[in-house]
Amino acid sequence: MNQWQRIWHGDVGYSFRTSPVAIGAAVVALACVISAVFAGWIAPHNPFDLATLDLADARLPPAWTAGGSSKFVLGTDDQGRDILSALMYGARISLAVGVASVLLSVAIGVVMGLVAGFLGGWVDAALMRLCDVMLSFPAILVALLIAGVGRAVFPNAPDNLALGVLIVSITLTGWVQYARTVRGSTMVERNKEYVQAARVTGVASMRIMRRHVLPNVMGPVLVLATIQVATAIITEATLSFLGVGAPPTSPSLGTLIRIGNDYLFSGEWWITIFPGLMLVIIALSVNLLGDWLRDALNPRLR
Amino acid sequence: MAMAAEIKGTNSVAAPLLQVKDLVVEFPTRAGTLRALDKISFDIAPGEILGVVGESGAGKSLTGAAIIGLLEPPGRVAGGEIWLEGQRIDNLDHEAMRHIRGRRIGAIFQDPLTSLNPLYSIGRQLTETIRAHLPMSEKDARARAISLLQDTGIPAAQERIDHYPHQFSGGMRQRVVIALALAAEPKLIVADEPTTALDVSIQAQIIALLKTVCREHGAAVMLITHDMGVIAETCDRVAVMYAGRIAEIGPVHAVINHPAHPYSAGLMAAIPDITIDRENLHQIDGAMPRLNAIPVGCAFNPRCDKSMERCGRERPDLMPAGPTRAACWLHAAGQAN
Amino acid sequence: MALVQANDLAMHFDVSAPWLNRVVERAPRLLLHAVDGVSFEIQKGKTLALVGESGCGKSTVARLLVGLYQPTRGSFRFDGTDAHATYNSSAGLQLRRRIQMIFQDPYASLNPRWIVEDIVGEPLTEHGLITDKTRLRTRVEELLLSVGLAAQDRIKYPHQFSGGQRQRISIARALATEPEFLVCDEPTSALDVSVQAQVLNIMKDLQRRLGLTYLFISHNLAVVRHVSDQVGVMYLGRLVELADKQDLFANPRHPYTRMLLDAIPKMHDTGRARTPVQGEVPNPLSPPSGCAFNPRCPHANDRCRTERPAMREVTGLRIACHAVEEGRI
Repeated sequence: MNQWQRIWHGDVGYSFRTSPVAIGAAVVALACVISAVFAGWIAPHNPFDLATLDLADARLPPAWTAGGSSKFVLGTDDQGRDILSALMYGARISLAVGVASVLLSVAIGVVMGLVAGFLGGWVDAALMRLCDVMLSFPAILVALLIAGVGRAVFPNAPDNLALGVLIVSITLTGWVQYARTVRGSTMVERNKEYVQAARVTGVASMRIMRRHVLPNVMGPVLVLATIQVATAIITEATLSFLGVGAPPTSPSLGTLIRIGNDYLFSGEWWITIFPGLMLVIIALSVNLLGDWLRDALNPRLR
Repeated sequence: MAMAAEIKGTNSVAAPLLQVKDLVVEFPTRAGTLRALDKISFDIAPGEILGVVGESGAGKSLTGAAIIGLLEPPGRVAGGEIWLEGQRIDNLDHEAMRHIRGRRIGAIFQDPLTSLNPLYSIGRQLTETIRAHLPMSEKDARARAISLLQDTGIPAAQERIDHYPHQFSGGMRQRVVIALALAAEPKLIVADEPTTALDVSIQAQIIALLKTVCREHGAAVMLITHDMGVIAETCDRVAVMYAGRIAEIGPVHAVINHPAHPYSAGLMAAIPDITIDRENLHQIDGAMPRLNAIPVGCAFNPRCDKSMERCGRERPDLMPAGPTRAACWLHAAGQAN
Repeated sequence: MALVQANDLAMHFDVSAPWLNRVVERAPRLLLHAVDGVSFEIQKGKTLALVGESGCGKSTVARLLVGLYQPTRGSFRFDGTDAHATYNSSAGLQLRRRIQMIFQDPYASLNPRWIVEDIVGEPLTEHGLITDKTRLRTRVEELLLSVGLAAQDRIKYPHQFSGGQRQRISIARALATEPEFLVCDEPTSALDVSVQAQVLNIMKDLQRRLGLTYLFISHNLAVVRHVSDQVGVMYLGRLVELADKQDLFANPRHPYTRMLLDAIPKMHDTGRARTPVQGEVPNPLSPPSGCAFNPRCPHANDRCRTERPAMREVTGLRIACHAVEEGRI
């Protein structure tokens, strides 16, 4: 049996196969990811190709209501862009930012945690004080600050840079929880006898950290990362809603919500509600997956 | 078939204090239901000390847990009966069992550190237990607590009664736990590895204490341990468990010096003895079977050098084998010994 | 010349409160003298057992010998050279090939995420002894067979084995680099009796075949009787008696040794009268002055309470006791 078959047939795989919530959440999340990744092929229209837009199509309601058209299933916004297509493209940005910031946070946090837990002493104290400092800043404010400064310094920056700044600002406060968790687990594993056995054999500290301790502390990290994807997406949406996130030319779900917000009270509810729903669905399914993973990996509940 | 009727107690005329009849404990798992205890039967006479010995996985702790009613779910009693002083206790609800626990059955566990609540003084824990089961005023309960502490050898009991668990050493804590177990004058004490976590010199003190104090208070003891030396010094009778079944049960010196079951014999021979030198220890090849792979017939037969064809087919019940009873076809009526 | 020579080994741990607490509360510096001047020798091919109760420092001695700690005082000479100087130099890796350790807990001494082949093979790859994958596999299989496991066990994970089997995997790992000296820290304490018998038999067999030297740490005197040639009894970080096995068990001299032997519950009644046991092991942070055992000793006098006895050779065995020296017992 190879590695994947072993996981499928093991305890975690069994837990997944017998949990309708986990399967449902996984299916929904997968559907969102696929539609986001393949938006270019699946979406009925390209809402960002200015040539295809027609202001005559603006502010059409969803297809099942009076006045709607089957060409635009979920309606259009003030510029004539198809909401459904905009959702798919927007989800792409949201997911990309969410996943990228989590990956970066994990990379930084795990390394910091390993080093702090393994070396102890003043290195540990210094790193933990750094964590305390980072935790005292609210994530949104830090992101606002960096995004705002970024805009001021690079007013004509291309969109990609804006997204990069967005990812960095979310990562800046996101890595701390990984560092703390990994530090705790590392301190426990460091005293275990298999680590001492490696020391007696003469293995260098770096190798022990990387090859022995790291695989054994990744469990809680996986759970945290899954849940944090949802948090990161929502943070990004908040920032975009506030206007400092994804630019209007490649809007994320948050941007779409902001755009639609202005039209909410004039009765054109679909422009803001559908992006909002999409955000909730993605965040909820990822959160549920994270919950299931945490219970599945918890040896006491097995 | 008129086999000799079950010997209730040893040769006492009095009715047994505890009767366990064909007890079955099961654990439903996703791989099927596992039988952890498979038709265990034994008695304890009033005031007697019965040792239950076995290796890990034999089910000795589970037996104690089933009797006290503290089986961890999903484990459950799936068959058989447990009778205490003529009353059936395995089918009681939580509330009824709570009254029995402490009042009629006391418990001593392995780790004295976690057996006591670190937030309350030991006096408070003692009086709380006493008053929960006996109608006494606070003053009387406290006086009783002090006398219990004195019985268990805690020096300066009058002052130390207000101390907290962390102010006692390991051996002292275990004495407090024994006092706690005796607080409501139970008739039976279930002690699960009470000396395993203690140093050798303290072990000896605690074993001696357990013996005298239980005799004085008239309590019977079910002593669960893997240490045959402790059993030899404390118990009147001993039951040897293997793979969820009782392999042999009988008077302590008979089982140790003349074991009738091949597993007991192998076990006694494998234990290094401090009094003699041996080149190699006797070893029983193989290992105790896992719960999901218990052999048909006698559970020990694949490892037994005396196994016969019948052993792989039929499971033997406990049958008389000289001074003890052993679950082994070697001792079947009519079998040449 | 003895293969292993420990001379006045000592290990102190600083367990003082953090600096801030010490300044504010004016708390004193606290030193834990885990090992306080231990000397012994082990000849090649022999087994020295160190016994004692909790807090006596025997595990710390084990960790000192394999280089996990630096001694505060004293020296450990292996095959004539200072081992700790070597551990700290570039020749340290070579020395670690010759000295290996077996741990107490079979569940924590193997990395749960590695397969057995990687666990047993790690010393070989780490020391660069075998680089070819096929030869590594063959050697691992050889090692597994030598401890009574199957060659195919190399692809399994530790959780698929029982406690006794895991301990055998630990032994196989320790033997990978063909060491001369094995430090065994309570290797069978966590095992069932019948499994313990199997593992002890394997260890004795390997010693005979490979000429290994063992330092065997245990609290179980019966096991010690079975495996050792010489026995050292430790109390609160000090060696109180060191003698050949036969002598120690037939005629224990030190009051603590006698008390220990008497206290062990015996399976078979020896009919010997028991001396009642007194007291408990004191807190290692504040050991009694003079002889560490004096509060519990029925033969203690004023000298015992003030002067720490030195380890002396008395009628062929080494013992640290004023009463024995003075001929009082």
